[in-house]
Amino acid sequence: MNYLGIAAIYRFEMSRTLRTIGQSIASPVLSTMLYFVVFGSAIGGRIQAINGVPYGAFIVPGLIMLTVLGQSVANASFGIYFPRFTGTIYEILSAPLSFVEIVIGYVGAAATKAVLIGVIVLATAGFFVPLHIAHPLWVMFFLVMTSITFSLLGFIIGIWADGFEKLQLIPLLVITPLTFLGGSFYSINMLPPFWYKVSLFNPVVYLVSGFRWSFYEHSDVSVTTSLVMIAVFTVAALVTIARIFKTGYRIRK
Amino acid sequence: MQQDDAIHITDLNKIYDNGFRALDGINLTIRRGEIFALLGPNGAGKTTLINAICGIVRPSSGSITVSGFDHATHYRQARSFIGLVPQELTTDAFESVWNTVSFSRGLFGKPRNPAYIESVLKQLSLWDKKSEQIRRLSGGMKRRVMIAKALAHEPEILFLDEPSAGVDVELRKSMWAQVRALRETGVTIILTTHYIEEAQEMADRIGVINNGKLILTECKDELMHKMGKHEMSFTLRDPITSIPPDLASYPLTLANDGNTLVLTYNTYEHNDVSDFLEKLQINGIRPKDIQSRQSSLEEIFMQLVEAN
Repeated sequence: MNYLGIAAIYRFEMSRTLRTIGQSIASPVLSTMLYFVVFGSAIGGRIQAINGVPYGAFIVPGLIMLTVLGQSVANASFGIYFPRFTGTIYEILSAPLSFVEIVIGYVGAAATKAVLIGVIVLATAGFFVPLHIAHPLWVMFFLVMTSITFSLLGFIIGIWADGFEKLQLIPLLVITPLTFLGGSFYSINMLPPFWYKVSLFNPVVYLVSGFRWSFYEHSDVSVTTSLVMIAVFTVAALVTIARIFKTGYRIRK
Repeated sequence: MQQDDAIHITDLNKIYDNGFRALDGINLTIRRGEIFALLGPNGAGKTTLINAICGIVRPSSGSITVSGFDHATHYRQARSFIGLVPQELTTDAFESVWNTVSFSRGLFGKPRNPAYIESVLKQLSLWDKKSEQIRRLSGGMKRRVMIAKALAHEPEILFLDEPSAGVDVELRKSMWAQVRALRETGVTIILTTHYIEEAQEMADRIGVINNGKLILTECKDELMHKMGKHEMSFTLRDPITSIPPDLASYPLTLANDGNTLVLTYNTYEHNDVSDFLEKLQINGIRPKDIQSRQSSLEEIFMQLVEAN
C-alpha cells in the first residue's frame, strides 16, 4: 500500500479547501443557516411538531444531510475532474498508485470536508433551534458513511463528466431533487400512500431517516434498512469505480 | 533482456477505439545510462509510446519491462523508476512551486525530504520562486517546474517529451546542460524533440518512429557514419560545360552554370580525394575554392521518414 501517495493526494486536496475556505466551507454553512432562519425560526414556529419534535429541530438532520450530500458530490467530482481538465492527471496515472489508493486519497479528502461542514452546520443549528441528540456515535456514523458514499458517487461523476456543465448536471437534476423529496423537510409518513411508496425508491430517504433516528429515535423506515441501503450504495459505487479503473474509462486511453 | 537494460519493449501495439493504430509492433531496448532521442514527425507515435511506458495509455498488446519489472503486473516497481516531463505545460496553477514538487514526490511513496527538494529547485534556478504560485511564473519557469516535479522522486529513468518546445534559446541551452548533468549521475534519459540538431548534439542513440512504426534505432555516430553523406564543392576558376569522361566514374554533379563541381559520397566509403584532385589537374580543371560539408542528422532523418 502506497500510504505516502494517499497522504499526498489527501493533503493536496485539503490544502485546496483551505486555500478557498470561503467557497469550500463558509458558503455552504451560510446557505444552511438561511434555511434554519427561514424554516426553523421564522416559519417553523407556526408548523406543528412532528413525532413530538418541534419543526425547527425536526429539519436539522435533513438540512445537515442536504448539505453533506451536496458537498460530498461536489468536492469529490471537482477533485478528480479538475486534474482531468487541466491535464495534471498524468501525474496520478504514472505514479505507483493502485485505484484503491487513488480513490482513498480523493474520496477521503472530499468526505473529510463534507463531515467538517456537517459538524459545523450541526453546531451552528444549536443557535437557532433546541437540539437533542439521542445517539451521538450513530450521528457520526451516519455522517461519515453518507459523506463517503456520496463522495464515491461524486468521484464517478467527476470521471464521467467531460465538461463543467456535466459536472453540475447530476447534482442539480438528480441529487438535489432526491434530497428535497427524501424527507429532509418532512416525514414521508405524512405523504399519501402512493407517494409514500414512490419515496421508498429514493435512496436519500434511508439516509435521512437513519440520521434523524440517531437524533430523535424516530425514523420513517427501520434503522437496519437504512444501514443496509448505505452498504448497498457504497458497494455499488466501489464496484463502478473498480470497473472504471479496470477499463480505463475516460481516464486511461 | 540484459541486466543493464533500463526499458525493454516487445511487440507493442496501440489501437485506439476509433481504429487508429498509434503504435505498430514496437520493439525497443533502452540501455541504462544512455540518452536516447526518439525522433519522428507530428503524430508519429512518440508521445503515445512514452505514455504507454509511463502507464498513461493502455497498450492493446505487447509487453514493457522497466528495470526488469513488467509494467502491467509489477506496475508499482516499474513506475517508481520513471519520471515524466510531458509535452504540455500541465500544472496546478494555484499551487506554490514547493507544494507541487513535494506533492509529486509524495505520489511516488517517498518520504518528505526538504533538503533534496531544495537541491532540485536550486539546480533548476527555481529556489527564489519556491513560494510563488505557478500561474505567476513565465512559460520557461513553468517548464522548469515540470522538470522539478519529474525529478522529485529521484527517478532512474527520465522521459522528456519535447521539453524545449516554446522555450527560448538561453533556457534551452541551460536545460540541456542540466540533462547532461543528470546523465552524469547515471539517469537514463529518453527525449523527443523537434530540434534535431539538439538530438545530434545530445543523444547517444537515435530512434526514428513514423506512422507508429519504429523504423530505425541506431547509435548516433553509427547512423551518421552509415547514412551520412560528404559533399565537396569545388568552385572552378573556369566554368566547364560537361564532366570529362575521365571523371565519369566519380559521383559528380555540375552546379552553378558549370562554375561548381560537386562530389558527393557516403561517409562510410572513406574516399581518398587525392586521386580525384590529381585527375582534376590532369583534365585541366583548376579549383579556386573547396568547401566540404557532412550531412546533418536532420537530413538523415528526413531521408528516413520520406523513404518510409
